[in-house]
Amino acid sequence: MAVPPGVSESDFAAALDEFRAAVGAEWVFTSDEDVALYRDAYSPFWGEPEERVASAAVAPSTVEQVQAVVRAANARRIPLYPISTGRNLAYGGSAPVYSGSVVLDLKRMNRVIEVNEANAYALVEPGVSYFDLYNYIEERGLDVWIDPPDPGWGSVIGNALDGGGGWTAYPFRDHFGAHCGMEVVLGDGEVVRTGMGAVPNSKTWQENKWGYGPWVDGLFRQSNMGVVTKMGFWLMPRPEAYISGTVQVFNERDIIPLMETLNLLENQHVVNGSTQLGAGFGNDGAAWTLQVPIYGPEKVVRAQLEYAREKFAAIEGSRFVEEDPIRTPLSDEDRARVRLVNFGIPNLSTFAMLGRSPMQPNPPGGHIGFSPIIPRNGEELLKFRDFYRTNLAEVTGGENLGIVGPVFMTNWERSLVGLIMFPISKNASENRKIRAAFERWVELAAEQGWAEYRAPAVFQDTVAETYSFNDHALRRLRERIKDAIDPNGIISAGRYGVWPKHLRKDA
Amino acid sequence: MKVRHIVAAFGAAVLGAMGSTGGVAQVASAQDSADAADGRQVFEYWCAPCHAPGPGHPGTQSLELKYGGNLPAPLEEREDLTPEVVKTFVRQGILSMAPFRKTEITDAELEDLAAYLAQ
Ligand SMILES: Cc1cc2nc3c(=O)[nH]c(=O)nc-3n(C[C@H](O)[C@H](O)[C@H](O)COP(=O)(O)OP(=O)(O)OC[C@H]3O[C@@H](n4cnc5c(N)ncnc54)[C@H](O)[C@@H]3O)c2cc1C
Ligand code: HEC
Repeated sequence: MAVPPGVSESDFAAALDEFRAAVGAEWVFTSDEDVALYRDAYSPFWGEPEERVASAAVAPSTVEQVQAVVRAANARRIPLYPISTGRNLAYGGSAPVYSGSVVLDLKRMNRVIEVNEANAYALVEPGVSYFDLYNYIEERGLDVWIDPPDPGWGSVIGNALDGGGGWTAYPFRDHFGAHCGMEVVLGDGEVVRTGMGAVPNSKTWQENKWGYGPWVDGLFRQSNMGVVTKMGFWLMPRPEAYISGTVQVFNERDIIPLMETLNLLENQHVVNGSTQLGAGFGNDGAAWTLQVPIYGPEKVVRAQLEYAREKFAAIEGSRFVEEDPIRTPLSDEDRARVRLVNFGIPNLSTFAMLGRSPMQPNPPGGHIGFSPIIPRNGEELLKFRDFYRTNLAEVTGGENLGIVGPVFMTNWERSLVGLIMFPISKNASENRKIRAAFERWVELAAEQGWAEYRAPAVFQDTVAETYSFNDHALRRLRERIKDAIDPNGIISAGRYGVWPKHLRKDA
Repeated sequence: MKVRHIVAAFGAAVLGAMGSTGGVAQVASAQDSADAADGRQVFEYWCAPCHAPGPGHPGTQSLELKYGGNLPAPLEEREDLTPEVVKTFVRQGILSMAPFRKTEITDAELEDLAAYLAQ
């Protein structure tokens, strides 16, 4: 049995006994076989000494049990790593950032506490997946939509806490942005409710995001300041219709007015769906193709699309193809042809991109992505594309490593993501090359002022290095907060580059 | 020959029921004899999104190419799966299919699932 670094065997054994007393012996996992289930199947260090692995796992089913486990861990300085559904594939799976941590697996806390149809919100526990919340809503015939990311088995809470996003309308597809109110267990076992939830007998915990006084919810995003045990989310009332148009432009530099027009339409909230930008594919000669989906009442979305068409028509030579509106709930026919996540329906079809295909009969299995945020304008987009082309050979040493890029994602408001994807296999020598390439992209992009918004666990330090304004003032602020609210540094050490005092490089 | 059209029809209802209890019904203990009917519910919830027949199911798509028609691509139509094989794949994973933890599928549920796919 592994023991967390810096913890004596007897302290660890005593802590495990306390965990067993809190949650029941069958929910404390210590055998190699059981703990191996927490390995990250897409780890860029698979099978190498640096792979991030747990020492044990403990799975409470109530907030009180979480408190008991956290208190026992705090008393003996046992590092914990909370996960919700632990399907954080491509970002670390269910493995901890700091090897030897005990995974605090919240999958069993799987209650949908409330779905309010009249004011469109939900309150859930961490183990509730998008499938679960969808099923709960369907079963009761409630007229609200969830916003699933591509993999439907993820946690509504875990995905939001990691900075994830989905594919319906703004503002719902920014999952952390769409949350309203949290319950958090701090490193000493104390339970805090944020926003209106701090008012005893509060009636508006999920209906007012800010509450009163300094807002602290952001401290728990991509962070290690506490264990989130409940979280509210605003839902979208089922939109009557979805309408979409496709704009094509035929000159490379038309991307400049295309992005300007898109920004205007999105910032006006005329276009609210998750737009998709394609570069030069198809045999229609288009240099860029942009799909602009709109959700809302049918009369209204028709007018919105008409307005969008007029705006795009100002781009010389552009073409606009309008699709028929799709009404909801979906007919069986529509259901069979649409991309389900755009209609709030969770599924796992996205994994096809990692499966066998005629072009890839023996796929590597996993993948990771480098997703720097870049300004949302055509000049910068072209600059990123040229940056990718110019540096690819240097980054890969001229080898074909299966790196794919850049894909421009317009799913976040106001900015762009220039995505570069990397295959991950179980072959250490291949993975070593991928790691070197990933780190080089991080450095090169940072020289241009581009940095990532979400990173695989093993690169979270590398990316944190790029947020270095004023000698890492932001990191130092986070460290001061970390030291104040989790002085023993037991929760998620190292997550997103924030280490507790005793594990910092300068310690 | 295993005919399982009913599964598709039952799927939605089963998923709905699990939404309310928040997961697959707990089976009393791993010693209980495996129950293929319960195993079907586990399959519907955890496996069908990737292994149901037809397009949109990445496990099925991948197995179609792996076996090139020599074995049926949907797992429920396979005659060759033994409980041991099913259990090994579920706990070890394969390619993009990450293993399933015991908080997701308990040992007792896995017995049921294995019995269902092997029957
Ligand atoms: C093919 C593919 C497609 C993908 N598509 C998308 C996509 O469309 N959108 C997207 O957002 N992601 C996507 N991902 C990434 C990822 O799989 C999802 O974001 C997934 O939802 C994250 O896993 P999870 O929900 O199980 O979260 P978890 O693994 O439970 O949580 C993620 C992390 O958050 C922290 N955390 C979780 N719960 C708590 C808690 N209660 N308290 C404190 N900290 C906590 C932990 O550090 C944990 O490691 C994709 C991945 C793959 C492989
Ligand atoms: C995220 C999608 C996904 C989920 C969910 C999933 N699988 Fe898989 N499964 C796959 C993929 C992909 C393969 C690999 C196919 C290949 O080798 O081409 C696979 C392979 C398998 C195999 C090996 C079959 C063979 O002959 O090689 C078995 C058995 C299996 N899965 C069982 C299950 C069971 C049981 C579940 C539910 C507990 C499950 N899978 C859930 C995607 C998935």
